[in-house]
Amino acid sequence: MEKKVVMQIIKRIGKCVRKILFYSPFDKEQIAGLDENVKETNKNLFQNVNWCNEGGHEEMKISSPMEIWKYLPGTNCGKCGEKTCLAFASLLIEREKNLKECPPLFEPKYAEKGKKLAELLAPEVREVEIGIGDKARKIGGEDVMYRHERTFFNRTALVYDVWDTMKEEELRARVREITDWQKFYVGEFLKVDAIAVRSVSGEAKTFADCVKLAAEETDFPLVLCSFNAKVIEEGLKEVSDRKPLIYAADKDTWKEFLGFAKKYKVPVALFSPDLDMLNSLAVTFSSAGVEGIVLDPGTYPAGKGLKETFSRFVRIRRAGIIEGNKGLAYPLMSVPMSAWMDNDGDKAENALESSYWEAIIADLFIIKYADIMILHSIEPHSLIPERTLAANIYTDPRRPVSVEPGLREVGNPTEKSPLFVTTNFALTYYTVESDISSNKIDSYLMVVDSEGIGVESAVAGGQLNAENFKDALESFRVEDKVKHKTLVIPGLAARLSGETEDVTGWTVLVGPRDSGRIPGWMEKNWPPEGVA
Amino acid sequence: MEKEITLADIAKILDKYDIVELEDVKIKGDIELELAEGGVALPPSIAQALQSIISAGAGVGTGVQKAQIPTTPAEELNLELIRTEFKVAKTEWKGQIEEVTIGATSADGGTREGTVTIGGEKALPFYNFDYQMPHPPVISVDCFDMPIKLAKAVRGHYEDVMEDVGEWAKKNVREFGADMVTIHLISTDPTIKDTSAREAAKTVEEVLQAVKVPIVIGGSGNPDKDPEVLEAAAEAAEGERCLIASANLNMDYERIAKAALEHGHVILSWTQLDINAQKTLNRYLFKMGVPREDIVIDPTTATLGYGLDYAFTNIERMRISALKGATDLAFPISCGVTNAWGAREAWMKNSPIAEDSYWGPAVNRGPLYEIITGLTLGVAGGDMFMMMHPKAAAAVKRITQMLFGAAGAEDEGKKVKMEDWVTWSGKAV
Repeated sequence: MEKKVVMQIIKRIGKCVRKILFYSPFDKEQIAGLDENVKETNKNLFQNVNWCNEGGHEEMKISSPMEIWKYLPGTNCGKCGEKTCLAFASLLIEREKNLKECPPLFEPKYAEKGKKLAELLAPEVREVEIGIGDKARKIGGEDVMYRHERTFFNRTALVYDVWDTMKEEELRARVREITDWQKFYVGEFLKVDAIAVRSVSGEAKTFADCVKLAAEETDFPLVLCSFNAKVIEEGLKEVSDRKPLIYAADKDTWKEFLGFAKKYKVPVALFSPDLDMLNSLAVTFSSAGVEGIVLDPGTYPAGKGLKETFSRFVRIRRAGIIEGNKGLAYPLMSVPMSAWMDNDGDKAENALESSYWEAIIADLFIIKYADIMILHSIEPHSLIPERTLAANIYTDPRRPVSVEPGLREVGNPTEKSPLFVTTNFALTYYTVESDISSNKIDSYLMVVDSEGIGVESAVAGGQLNAENFKDALESFRVEDKVKHKTLVIPGLAARLSGETEDVTGWTVLVGPRDSGRIPGWMEKNWPPEGVA
Repeated sequence: MEKEITLADIAKILDKYDIVELEDVKIKGDIELELAEGGVALPPSIAQALQSIISAGAGVGTGVQKAQIPTTPAEELNLELIRTEFKVAKTEWKGQIEEVTIGATSADGGTREGTVTIGGEKALPFYNFDYQMPHPPVISVDCFDMPIKLAKAVRGHYEDVMEDVGEWAKKNVREFGADMVTIHLISTDPTIKDTSAREAAKTVEEVLQAVKVPIVIGGSGNPDKDPEVLEAAAEAAEGERCLIASANLNMDYERIAKAALEHGHVILSWTQLDINAQKTLNRYLFKMGVPREDIVIDPTTATLGYGLDYAFTNIERMRISALKGATDLAFPISCGVTNAWGAREAWMKNSPIAEDSYWGPAVNRGPLYEIITGLTLGVAGGDMFMMMHPKAAAAVKRITQMLFGAAGAEDEGKKVKMEDWVTWSGKAV
């Protein structure tokens, strides 16, 4: 049998032990310096409490592309695909480009600058990737405590569970259901992110079989869950090339997990509700060269425990972002699934209640700093709000609220097609547009300037009124395209119908209160007399 | 056949040539690692690395044979935990949110059995580790002065009382545990029933008779009619310290504010997702002489999926700015959470989008939309939630009490060991 052992280091150790050959994922410096470095690292990591200004507002490390530009070659070579280094700099800030896309930066003469730039651009919270290929998910990488300070970047990854005591068919079906789930929202389909495989049996082989089946059925990233190191390793062997997250090292098992993380090069979750211990584990792993670290400070499902859980999440993130405690600046994991145990969710009559409480905990920690969470209910009433909330909180608040007012064509409208009216609030517009187009209704959609406010609020607040309907009809020259002079206004703007008829001279029809009901409304109301 | 050598052999050879290090060397053959007798303690780094060889070999089946050292389980290795202490500073703010009391008992010239106090925060909501939140958020359950169209999931709870506003208000308190009741005088809207201000005032009296909790008086939202209606209502509720909802920039807010001032009520200052408009309106109210402790603000509630992100950030920004010292914004915040029922996901039977996965029963979705909308805004800074579905109201109450640390709520949830979720065998879903 052939064996390969790469001899990286041979080192003398005293007199008695001659020489030891070993293979190690450590590099030389780390080995040589580990012990000496521990104290120093520790000091650097934890006495680095800095600039916590009043109000907890974080000072941005970088505020303008100019600051970045200073460190770029400045040759405008175009290799990154941008015309100028300055353009590239602004995309770097927005994380739409990364440093690797600037090859000259890796030439020796720019090495110093490149290094500095990498430091400046590194997010406050480490970014960790789980899974491979298209479905790989980055978590963490956050820079701010409040989304309005900039934006949150990597949406909380929502992970739904399967377990190793499921029957094969049941398991396959559940994995597929999680993988295939989707919901349309503002121009795209929302999906969930990953699958957690739990070891309920406690048997390594059973777990490994389950992991294998799950992996066959989905290309989603996997989270392997057991506190038993042997069980984890058996599962890990099946899918180590898929870069799963292993859960979880705790105060008793961390050595084994540290070994797995290094050997299989997979990210690892560390669990401890005791924050001194959690901090210690994180520093130990990081000092040993593990980069993919996720922290689980524990999610108590109710009462005082939940209150303290909330406190732990906020304080850990504060330590990482505001106080620069690099030892805890890692993605956080929450487990809203714990709600099922507290509510005796295994009894069918408690399932709905459990799923509600799970969603409530998910809500709290989607907002307050969980970068990944494990959930159990895959009922639509859970998936829809959980995923929608994550989308909302992680939407870039600097993105415009409104779309351009104007007359849009949906499908292939003719002069006899209906003319719908909506506001220029982006969300309203996209919703109405998709409802009309996905139901293949050829029509015109007149987008009125409501100052970016939705229909109901704009009617109440006066930003949507008969006068701006009139302005819109005139400025978009709607009469040139629509000959029937009939306007369909949103049901929520019904109270404007009379005045609009008076002011515009057009016939006003009141549409449904929700644009999802336009197809049904069309059957009853279109074409009106005189239009056919 | 490959020759079998031991580590000792290799070491000897290396010693001979005084080689300290080999790089990029492949060794073929079984390797036996032999450590010296006498139990030399290895530095942790070396021991750990050694362990890696052994497990790497075992793991990938390369046949690195069992070493002659005693098998060294990881826990026997000297790798040590780097003990560190977790520390993080408290955040202290210079601002404080105004404390506002709604309702008046007989001692203060009213007839309420109790009052409700909100605000007073010196930290973000539920950040008790910075500063204990002085009052938990409260829930006001809506009723209307006429039967209205409601989502099916909500309707079932109110069908029996819709024709009788007094009964409706009572039910909100008795069955749904409302801290307050909001009476919406929507029938006064000229495009609905155009009920007179006098009639509306009678309705308010009826509600005050029916319940002993503090009440919120809401108009129809018609900017032309509301001033007249709310003025009459304020007069009818003289001394009860109701919350009058609301003053808004697009109407004669002065008339409403004046009526509130004159008859001893609190005024709700409502703007639409606009921090500057909120400051402006509040300043106008100060100018009119409205005392700070008589103001609650409503920065507008947009629903989950329909602008909740704007509402969340708008409230969070206002609250942070208030804590930083912007006194124009340092008021308790009221949220119209019932708006959640406007989301199609809360009530529509099936998705209008063909490619969507199955939506499941609407009756399960609706309350959760209301809960998430309320709780999310509570985490941003909401002090008071106007709600409708009893289950949603109860859930928001329960979670906010827990986070606040209310007596009783603290003891819940102790029966589980939380890490047991990993082996939890339930399969209800």
